[in-house]
Formats: sequence, structure tokens, C-alpha cells
Amino acid sequence: MTTHRDQKFLMSNPELSHQFETLDQQAEASSLGMWVFLVTEALFFGGLFLLYTIYRLKFPEIFMECSKLMDLRLGAINTGILLTSSLTMVFAVHSSEKAEKNSTVIWILVTMLLGIAFLSIKGFEYHQKVTEHLVPGPTFQLDSMHYREAQIFFSLYFAMTGLHALHMIVGLGVLAVIAAMASAGRFTRTYSNPVHIVGLYWHFIDIIWIFLFPLLYLIGNR
Amino acid sequence: MWNFPLFPDQASTFAPAVDSLLAFLLVVTAFFSLLIALLILFFAIKYHHKSVADRRGAVDSHLPLELVWTAIPLAIVIVVFLWGARVFYQMKTIPSHALEIFVVGKQWMWKIQHPEGQREINTLHVPMGRPIELTMISEDVIHDFAVPAFRIKQDVLPGRYTKQWFQATKTGEYHLFCNQYCGTLHAQMIGTIIVMTPVDYAHWLSGGDSESTMSSPVTGLTSLVMGGNTLFNKEFNCISCHKHDGTGQGPSLQGLFGRKVELEGGGFVTVDEGYIRESILQPNAKIVKGYKPVMPTYQGQLQETDITQLLAYIESLKGSP
Amino acid sequence: MNELNYITNDYSVKSWLLTKDHKRIALMYLIAITFFFFLGGMAALLMRLELLTPQADVVQAETYNKLFTLHGITMVFFFLIPGIPAVLGNFLLPLMLGARDLAFPRLNLTSFYLYVAGALFALSAAILGGVDTGWTFYTPYSSTYSNTHVITMAVGIFITGFSSILTGLNFIVTTHKMRAPGLTWFRLPLFVWAHYATSFIILLGTPVIAITLLLVGLERGFHMGIFDPALGGDPLLFQHLFWFYSHPAVYIMILPAMGVISEVIPCFSRKRLFGYRFVAFSSMAIAVLGFLVWGHHMFISGQSIYAGLVFSFLSFLVAIPSAIKVFNWTATLYKGRIYLQTPMLYALGFIGLFTIGGLTGIMLAALGLDAHVHDTYFIIAHFHYIMVGGTIMAYLGGIHFWWPKISGRLYPEFWGKLSAMIVFIGFNLTFFPQFILGYLGMPRRMHVYPPEFQVLNVLSTAGASILGVGYLLPLIYLIWSVFYGRKAGPNPWNATGLEWTTTSPPPTSNFETIPVVTEEAYDYTSRPEIPYV
Repeated sequence: MTTHRDQKFLMSNPELSHQFETLDQQAEASSLGMWVFLVTEALFFGGLFLLYTIYRLKFPEIFMECSKLMDLRLGAINTGILLTSSLTMVFAVHSSEKAEKNSTVIWILVTMLLGIAFLSIKGFEYHQKVTEHLVPGPTFQLDSMHYREAQIFFSLYFAMTGLHALHMIVGLGVLAVIAAMASAGRFTRTYSNPVHIVGLYWHFIDIIWIFLFPLLYLIGNR
Repeated sequence: MWNFPLFPDQASTFAPAVDSLLAFLLVVTAFFSLLIALLILFFAIKYHHKSVADRRGAVDSHLPLELVWTAIPLAIVIVVFLWGARVFYQMKTIPSHALEIFVVGKQWMWKIQHPEGQREINTLHVPMGRPIELTMISEDVIHDFAVPAFRIKQDVLPGRYTKQWFQATKTGEYHLFCNQYCGTLHAQMIGTIIVMTPVDYAHWLSGGDSESTMSSPVTGLTSLVMGGNTLFNKEFNCISCHKHDGTGQGPSLQGLFGRKVELEGGGFVTVDEGYIRESILQPNAKIVKGYKPVMPTYQGQLQETDITQLLAYIESLKGSP
Repeated sequence: MNELNYITNDYSVKSWLLTKDHKRIALMYLIAITFFFFLGGMAALLMRLELLTPQADVVQAETYNKLFTLHGITMVFFFLIPGIPAVLGNFLLPLMLGARDLAFPRLNLTSFYLYVAGALFALSAAILGGVDTGWTFYTPYSSTYSNTHVITMAVGIFITGFSSILTGLNFIVTTHKMRAPGLTWFRLPLFVWAHYATSFIILLGTPVIAITLLLVGLERGFHMGIFDPALGGDPLLFQHLFWFYSHPAVYIMILPAMGVISEVIPCFSRKRLFGYRFVAFSSMAIAVLGFLVWGHHMFISGQSIYAGLVFSFLSFLVAIPSAIKVFNWTATLYKGRIYLQTPMLYALGFIGLFTIGGLTGIMLAALGLDAHVHDTYFIIAHFHYIMVGGTIMAYLGGIHFWWPKISGRLYPEFWGKLSAMIVFIGFNLTFFPQFILGYLGMPRRMHVYPPEFQVLNVLSTAGASILGVGYLLPLIYLIWSVFYGRKAGPNPWNATGLEWTTTSPPPTSNFETIPVVTEEAYDYTSRPEIPYV
């Protein structure tokens, strides 16, 4: 049961959730929450990176050979797209802090478009792999003695980029939510933290890709 | 029914070592458990809220006390660590003159191969008073070869050899358990170790009447070395490439066992059971320097029990490569 | 009692199912985990029934294997790991911190529904025919050979893992950002410290089990060679990944329990906990060291002897902070005013049984000894002394201690004491013989055994039935007390702690005005007695 004083305070701060005393406390809590979540994500992806490290140390030449089978052009384009999207995300956060509604919405939408472009190219790449019979499992075909080890490379490729893509899809969803919030004029000078924390998430996904790209595409002596 | 054991037989040289470590730990456990239990009981009674005890001067911290009851347990555990490590090290250091017996585990039975050629299922006859080395592998999932009376246990893995050793000190029959859950009939993967005097063991080896009624060995008198000889020189014709004079496409295997060899692409490997098995099943995994990757794989053509025969044969090839 | 509290606030089903109130979420968790506790318990009783005789008579091999798998999975993932944090942690943390709710109430509700979703997958796996891999899912049996519903079960555990992660996240942020004014870190109740340390473990460890189970699923579904040597994989890699989480997981299961004990002992000794800072730092030390010892589950797995030496040494070290806590709890009793109500009986029982369990852990850390008792009933006895003699006793103690706050009613003290004693006796009779059986060599996960092991098994089963009674009684009288128990005031134990300053049960938003804290924790000097007990 809130006191009369609390009720007045709440009414003048509609974005303040009831469990917090001030907007600052709320912003700090949600930022800390996002950082903590990203730590768990690092551990989650970390397991796959560990696996990659172990198997690459076991079969270094095979990994290099398989990396040559990746489409470097598409991978590089995607890297550029994702880096740009992080930049546009920074602009979105900046605009939201200054309560510039229209710029905020536009920059979020641009970020989303870049994300969709990334996923489309990724989807096309996956399709390529299917036609080239490089999907691990019963359809895998490779003219090499190191058939089994090559499958491990591609298993890791699909697992790591697949998990990454899943995170991007979730990211798109979350971006849509804050785009809607921005468009409804909810971000003010004192309340823009949701954009900030979505930005953190988006940058994290970008960083994961920045590790994935060289490990999967660039180790083939290029 | 009331004649049940509370403590396992001591039937190997390890048993007294492990049991004395246990005894020390039981004393430590009993001491601290009783200490805490009695203190709790004592305090609960003496300082019960209805009692008129002297409660003046109660404190809620005491650094010296904290340090003492940190330091003493620390000292004890370090002692226990060193003691346990020593016992374990003895268990892991296989004497060089041990009698090597091969064990293959599969769902849900143990296949034993004596070097003289005897094969057993779920039973292992061994002579007393001599170190026995078990080289073990699984055909499917992880199993575990455990003999409580000897205080030994080692996981048996697919794709890789593991070893353990023991020296039996008492004749008799002892339980052999599979101690790593391995599927539906895991509980029935039980066997018997039959420890015999050296005389009786020799008698058993030569196909004489077994003292025990539990099993009789399949009297295949082809020793592992002879069996491996047949596989190497006749059935699979390994000799055609691995000529003993080194003129074949593959290296000579004379005296190779136990040596360090240089690999193509750098690096070294010690030629042990694991390397030989890998070379048979995945020949291109580690190629010796100076040779081409032309050896075909024998995956699917050889059972684990065939491979152990080849191992015994190759180990027996003396001379220099 | 005509004012609205968190229970009476709104009776609609929707207001419960869509609640953001941490206290209601805690209650929903309570119901869910109680269900899984009894499900896992029934599996255990069936197993113990089968183990009365050396032959297979109650169930056959296949069924027995599914029973012990179900028992392990439900108890570990659906009872012990959520357990105290999801029920007592969720309910009490905001109250203890002087906050209106956790930092992220909707995330908290999401946690609950993730638990439910995971639980539904697990139950489906069980109903569709069960899983027979053991809760440890060792490969390649689980990833290639087993013909049971491994993937369904793995999905269930995977989803529930996220429930755990989000709860840990919520606790960490809440503890950092929502303490009442004046509530500095070293004025926090040790229950909060315990949950803070636990949350670290949850956050760092759980993602790894998630990935591991995902990979088992990929190997099983797509024949990718990760853990099966026949496909080019490594079975020990699975064990390392699995135990990297599952060892810290046992500290997830025991730290919150220790937190409960650290609240109960001061209250029923009317004294500040001895060595507050040592106990607080010990919790953090256990959390850190707990991540460094996973290889002690693998001493005879084929792992190198040098790895074994390192893990053995570190395992001895991790025992020290727990020892420090035991000594500090005991020292708190010295010159106190001891009250032996039900929560205190559970707490004192905990200290004794945890000590025994922990010392048998020292035995297992010794390499030479572990080789003999690994994967035998000795191990089973060891971890049940900690999990059951420890965690479950602390859980029951905590439930009884905070029952007046949660339900607004007093439980019947006679039945509480009686059940505590039945649990203690039943527990020891069940599990002590298993130490002997284990040293004799009886392996775990077997439903048939050599006949000379029978008498000890019969004793164990007898104990299990007594233990079952001991657990059923609180279920009955606690539910009874909700309707017919004496109404409780705000602070029936005259305890310190902000949770005791609210009504029993508390109002939905906990505090009318956020309190300002000026006292140290456990300031019992001004309240030397518990009146009316």
C-alpha cells in the first residue's frame, strides 16, 4: 500500500516500476542486469568456443582446409553489415538519451534492417551449404580422407553461427519492442535505459561475430 | 543370514594401504563429528533458555580461534592429500615385469585374454603373488573393472586403452563388478576373480581341471603372440607393407614397441598400445615421418580381441627397426 | 486481520498466474517443487523396495534404470537446485533487503514459467517411457546407445536451467541495487550472502550444462561426433563439461541451506552469529573454489594422474570454508539462550549430519581411497548426507521458521518436533548402512546384488520408509495449519531481520515506507527472549 506521497511521485513518473524508489535506481538495476546476463551468454558461447579450441588443436590442418570451403565474400559482407549496425545502434542510444523521438525510431529501424540483411545472407549461406552437401549428418559428402574430422568443423560452424543467428532473431524482436516504445514517445531525458541495455545486447552479439568470423572464415591461410 | 560381512576381504597388496588410510580418516571423522555433536548437546543443555548458566562475557568473534580452527583442518587435509596421493601413485605405477592380461568390456560381459591364449568370459584366473597388469578397452560404452577385495577400480573406455594393476595376496574367489553404469543389463555384468597359487595357476593354464566350478576356460591354446602372428603374416597380410627389413611401403615394426618416433608434420609419439591401435583403425591420424598416407583402415574388419593379439605380437618383435 | 495481505489481495486465478509479486511466485514454486520432491521420493521408495532382496522381484532391470534416472533428475534439477532459492529466496530476499520486490518481477515470473515448461518436458519424457541414462548422462551411452527419450529430457533440463539463471540474475541485481538505506553489505543477513554467492555459481555454471546437453542432443540427433569415439568424439570431454557445472551445482544446493542455518541458529540462541565476516567470506570462497574441483568426479575415468593430483588438492581446500562455518555455528551456541523449537532441531541436526557428510567428502578427495569407493554406495551415502541430511533438513527448518510469515499461521509445535526426530532417525537408518555397503564394494545403479549385501540393504529400506513418514507429516500438518493453525503475529520468534517487521503474511508491496537500517545484523542483545514459547 503506497502512501499518498508515493502515489503522487508515481503519477509524475509513469515509467518508474513500483519496486524502485528512483528512475536512477531503476536504470542502474536494469544495466547491471543486462551486464550479468551477458556474462552468462559469454559462458554459454564459451562452451562452444572451448570445443572449437579443443578440436582445432587436434586437427589444425583439417580445420584450415574446411575454412577454405567457407564463402569469404559473404562472411566479410556480413561482418561489415553487423559492425555498421552497431554504429547505428550507438546513434539510436544517443538520440534516445536526448529524447529525439524521430531519430531514435529511425536509427532503431535501420539497425533492424541491417540485422535482417545479415540474417538473409546467413540464410543464403546455409542454403549454399545444403546444396554443397556440407551439412553434418547422413547427407554430408566430402572428397577427403578426413571426412569425420571435417564434419566436426561443420558441426561447430552450424552450432556456433546458428546459436548466434538465434540471438540475432531475439535481438530483432527486442529492437522492435523498443522501436514501438520510442515511437510512442516513452523515452525522455530521464528515462532511456531500455535503449541503452538493448544496445549492450546488440554489441555483445556483434562481438561474438567478430570472434566467429576469423575463427571460421579466415584460418584457411588467406 | 546374520553371517554377513561388514568389511571387505583384503586380497591384494593395495588393500592394507587403502584400509589404513581409511582407518585414519575414520578416526578424524569420528573425532570431529563427535566433537561437534557433543558440543552441540552440551551447549543445548547447559545454555538452554530455562537454565541459569553464566552467560556474561559472550562474544561474537575471536580472530585467534578462527585462525586455529582454520589452520588445524588445513594441516590435516594436507596430510590426507599427500597420503592419498602416495597410495594412488603406487596404484598407477605399473611394475615393468607385470603379467599383462587383456580385458575387453562390452554390453554386458567381460572378455578376458590371457597371453598364453586362454580366453575367459566374466571370470579371471590369476596367480597369487605376482603383479598383474590389465590392459582394458570397451567395444561400446564406458564400463568399469572393479574388484573391491583388491581395492582397485578403473573405467574401461571405448576407443582408448586404460590400464590398472594389482598383486593378489590371498587365494579365493572375489567379486568383479562393472562399476560404471552401462545400460540395461549393467547389474548383471558381474564376474569372479579366481586367485590361485602359482602351481594351480600353471595347472589351469595348461588346460587341467579347474579347482573352481564357476567356469572353465575355453581351451584355445593359441597364445596371443601366435594369434597375432597369424593375423599379421597370413590373414591380413600386414607383412606385405611392414616388412621386417624395412624395405616395404610401411615401417618395420621390429623393436618398435615403446620407442619414440617422429611424425610427419613435426611432433613425436611413443609407440604404445594406444598408438598401434589408432594406426590400425585410423592410419592417417599420425603418420611416421618419411612415409606416405597409403595404409588402408581396418575399422570394421578387426574386433578388439583381434587387436589385442596384434598388440601382443608386435610387442614381441625384438631387434632394431 | 482484515487488512489485505499478499494472499488475500485478489483471489482470482489470473491474479496468481500472472502475478509479479515475488511472494506469490515463491508459493507457486513451493507447490511445484513439493510435487517433484514426492515424485522423486516415490521413485526412491520403489528402488529401495526392489533392493530388499538380492534378486529382481519388484521391477526388472529396464524399469529400475529408469527409476534411478528419474529420481536423480527430479531431485537434482527440479527440487534441490531451485529449492531454497526459488521458495525461500524469492519470498524473503526483498523483505530482508527492505525492498518492495525483486529488481525484475516479470523476469521472476518468467523464471517460474520456464521451470514449469522444463518440468513438463521432463514429465513427458517420463510418461513416454522414461530415460535410462542416469542423471549424469554419460556418453556414448546417452548420445548413441540408449533407446530412451534422452532428447526430450535434455530439453526439459535445458529450459529449467534458464529458469535458474534468471533467478540468479535477479538476486544479484536486487542485492546490489535495492538494499534499504543503511543496509550495508556487512549488515546483511547471512541468508542474503548465501544467496548472493549461490547466484554467482548459477550464472557462471548453468550455461555450461545447457551447452553440454545441447551437444548431446546434436550428437544424438545428427550423429555429430563430439562425445562418441566411434564418431570421432571424446567421452571424457563430456564428463569434463558435465561436471564443470554439476560440481558447482552441489554448492548451489548447499549454500542456500547454510544461509538458512545462519538465520535459525542466532534466533534460537538469542545471539549474534559467531564470526559473521568469516561466514560471509566462506560462502564466497566456496563459490569460487567450487568451480575448480570438478575433476574429483573423474579420478578413475582415464584422466591423467596429474590432473587427479590438482583436483584432489583443491577438493581438500574447498572443505575448509565449510569447516569454518560449522565451527562458527557451534560457537554461536556458547553462552546463548537456547530454544529447541522445530527450526532449531532441524538446524542442529543439519550441523551434525553435514559434518559427517563433509568429512566423508574428505575421504573421497583422497585419491587412493576414492579409487576403491568411487561409484559405490559410499558415494551415494556421502552425497545423501549432504543433500538430505543437509539441504533438506535446512529447507524444512527454514519452512518452519518462516511459516508464520509466509502463511500467517503457526504450525503445531508438537508435530513439528516429532517429525524432525522421525526424519533424523529415518535418515540415519537409511544412509549409514550405505557407507558400509559402499566400502564392501556394492556398486551403485544396480537392482540385483550378491546375497551377502542383503541385511544392510534391508536396514536401509527400513530407514527409508521411516524417512518417508517423516516427510509426509509436515506436508499434512502444514496444510492443516493454513486452515486451522493459530494465527501468527508479525514476529512470533522475536527475531531480528526486516522480514519480521511486516505483518504475517506481509502486504503485497511489503513495506509502507522503505525502512532505514541503523543496527548491525542479529542484534539480539536487546531481545534476549522468545516470549510465549
